[in-house]
Amino acid sequence: MSGDGRPVITGIGVVAPTGVGAGRHWENGLTGRSRIGALRSAVEPWAGPDGGPPDDSSVATAPVPGDVCRRPPVRVAGQVPGFSADQVGDFVGSRVRVQTDRWTWFALAATRLAFEDAGLDPERHDPYQLSVVTASASGGNEFGQREINTLWRNGPGSVSAYQSIGWFYAASSGQISIRDQLKGSCGVFVADAAGPLDALAAAARQLRRGVGAVVTGGTEAPLSPYALACQARRPGLSDTTDPVAAYRPFAADGACHVPGEGGAMLVLEDRGFAEARGGSRRYAELAGTAATHDAGDPVEVSGDCTQYARAMRLAIDRAGLEPADVDVVFADGAGEERLDALEVAALRKVFGDRPVPVTVPATMTGRLCSGGAALSLAWAALALSHDTVPPTVPPDGPLIDPGLDLVTSPRVGGGIRTALVVARGAGGFNSAAVLSVAS
Amino acid sequence: MRRAVVTGVGVVAPGGRNREEFWQRIVNGKPAVRPITAFDASPYRSRIAAECDFDPAEYGLTPREVRRTDRFVQFAMASATEAVNDAGLETGDEGERVGVSLGSAVGASITLEDEYVVVSDRGRRWQVDHSHAMPFLYQALVPSSAAAELAGRFGARAQATVVSTGCTSGIDSIGHALRLIQDDEADVVIAGASDAPITPITVACFDAIRATTPANDRPEEASRPFDSQRRGFVLGEGAAVLVVEELEHAAARGARVYCEIGGYAARANGYHMTGLRPDGAELGDAIGDALRQARLNPEELGYISAHGSGTVQNDRHETAAYKRALGQAAARTPISSIKSVVGHSLGAIGSIEMAACALAIERGVIPPTANLTSPDPECDLDYTPLVAREARIDHALSAGSGFGGFQSAMVFSRLREAA
Repeated sequence: MSGDGRPVITGIGVVAPTGVGAGRHWENGLTGRSRIGALRSAVEPWAGPDGGPPDDSSVATAPVPGDVCRRPPVRVAGQVPGFSADQVGDFVGSRVRVQTDRWTWFALAATRLAFEDAGLDPERHDPYQLSVVTASASGGNEFGQREINTLWRNGPGSVSAYQSIGWFYAASSGQISIRDQLKGSCGVFVADAAGPLDALAAAARQLRRGVGAVVTGGTEAPLSPYALACQARRPGLSDTTDPVAAYRPFAADGACHVPGEGGAMLVLEDRGFAEARGGSRRYAELAGTAATHDAGDPVEVSGDCTQYARAMRLAIDRAGLEPADVDVVFADGAGEERLDALEVAALRKVFGDRPVPVTVPATMTGRLCSGGAALSLAWAALALSHDTVPPTVPPDGPLIDPGLDLVTSPRVGGGIRTALVVARGAGGFNSAAVLSVAS
Repeated sequence: MRRAVVTGVGVVAPGGRNREEFWQRIVNGKPAVRPITAFDASPYRSRIAAECDFDPAEYGLTPREVRRTDRFVQFAMASATEAVNDAGLETGDEGERVGVSLGSAVGASITLEDEYVVVSDRGRRWQVDHSHAMPFLYQALVPSSAAAELAGRFGARAQATVVSTGCTSGIDSIGHALRLIQDDEADVVIAGASDAPITPITVACFDAIRATTPANDRPEEASRPFDSQRRGFVLGEGAAVLVVEELEHAAARGARVYCEIGGYAARANGYHMTGLRPDGAELGDAIGDALRQARLNPEELGYISAHGSGTVQNDRHETAAYKRALGQAAARTPISSIKSVVGHSLGAIGSIEMAACALAIERGVIPPTANLTSPDPECDLDYTPLVAREARIDHALSAGSGFGGFQSAMVFSRLREAA
């Protein structure tokens, strides 16, 4: 990708623990204050069609005496404020709400915010010129748990007619395309936390093939009980009750993390299409993307950073740039000892001894899985347009690499022109994207 | 533009443990549908399915691989191994130019439900107890693990990803592979799709919307695309994986080429998550785009592998789309639905049907639509009823339509010489 052919990011929609809406998210992010908090009653208490919640839904977060496993594996998490089922009416109508999981509510809301931010009214365009590409790692977690639960408690006749469309990974893209009349080539990518960057790359491929604008990104809602149980044995998961100590990427002693919910959607647009419709906002341009795979043991952490570094380098090469041109890296910051060490090694492999500024603003939100890299993209695009690097909540204590330039307070006015966004997915997925200041 | 060809085919299908058994099964038009054996289906409305008789050990999967993976991943590993062997591909040194693009609509649904039943104690505990779960539960449940397993098995170090657009996943995953090759991001992509959805929750969810057939008494006659006696689709399972390769790369190593991927297009109907407008406009538009990319006139199509799920709404929608996109040629082009034989395996079936297209071009045979004895008067095209036909096929089209409103089309073409 080079020159005038580069797509531009013209709209950002954020639904994250840092806030709903790009503006609020950005302002909150600059405070560097963690938005991780006590795990609320794991999302909504269930009121099903047969009259009520399972017996023990009321003990969502409370430990059961003598049974330590019957509490969620985390005590704190990043949660989206003001987004319970009775609060989402501004974004999701009641008819769609009952058909969809919380993860799709996030996507519907973020998409609407992104289109509004871009000043793009889908109704005013040829629907085949518009499309949606999302990433999802785990689908409609709470929806699926509820329906499997009712099946096993109450029998087949109790399963919702919406199970077939509420839980599966394509639900968000489908609902968005229907609501907003996006009839071009839509997509859904599942590559764990690396997925949003693959979705972004796919969106760019569509623009090269004649689509005008693609809304792309990812959201995740991984805080329902079964979803948390699935993460319980993931290395580095923290069960602390202290929100600030819960997510400590690159900490020399006790790197750890907690999950969060939410994500972001971006409007990625062909430059000519944006000009023709009179859209004036340009956060950044997409300069290059790449994805590689470790091709190692699918359930163990790779011992080798070669492919992760190669993804970074390929994205920089495809942007027509050198590593020296990169002003800031929005790192994966896994908050797990081996993964953090591999990331530091990969950064050294690409950037040498140059201390490239690295930030993990997700320390304020928790790790959002397929929402995370989408939020990183939003953060990077906002950073380029504001010439300000958002901060990381620093781990107290030393870093695993004293030479790591971890940005722990906002860096304003450094003239940043290029940001590298990276993400990894469990199982060996590595993806990278380079955003540049819009020309 | 870089061109992509198919150099390897692997299939695990109901009634066909490998590519050749699958081909015989569909050419003979012998439905592989039976009462569900995977679990006790007696309380369900639809109690039949197209099941695979699948023993992962037979395909060389190790006990560890079997323990940590869902059935859909095992199908993918088995069919990918057959495809890679068929292609004579050795990925060792050049793995950085080999990618994976695997489609799946519902991923690890069997494991997801089985483990839930354990950790929730049959749904008694909403706050589930993970101490009773299998090891590596997270990796076992995220669909991306299928791509990770394939990448690890074949040393594929370019992009590996899972494409999950519901029932068009199996066309879209191969379409994604085409894009990766066209855009010079890979020289080879191990591409296909897998689903293993025959599990209580999936059967129950299709019962709830009456999408699957209640014709339980005669399983082999239950999948009846385009037939006036159809009563819904028959759930299936399986996988197909193709080796998709850049043309020059394939030529340089002397690989046998089944066909070229001539074109691929996808659209969304923007209408309804499960409903279809009868005009077939969006699917028709996708078909037209795929033909344009392949630089084909509709008259040149020798075969159409239909979505043909055997629901009234689909069969009429699809028939309208063919008429819209192909005009007069629609009535002259042989069409068939192999779902009449292997059922509807959700995301997997798109790749299984692409495998059928590749084999049909290579072997000059159009597999029939089984059970098509009394055609729906509103479906008035040539659906190749009951009996296979021999025919030279230079270009085959496959169409897919799925929940979410997604509509996809792909063209496979006999490789044109001296391009």
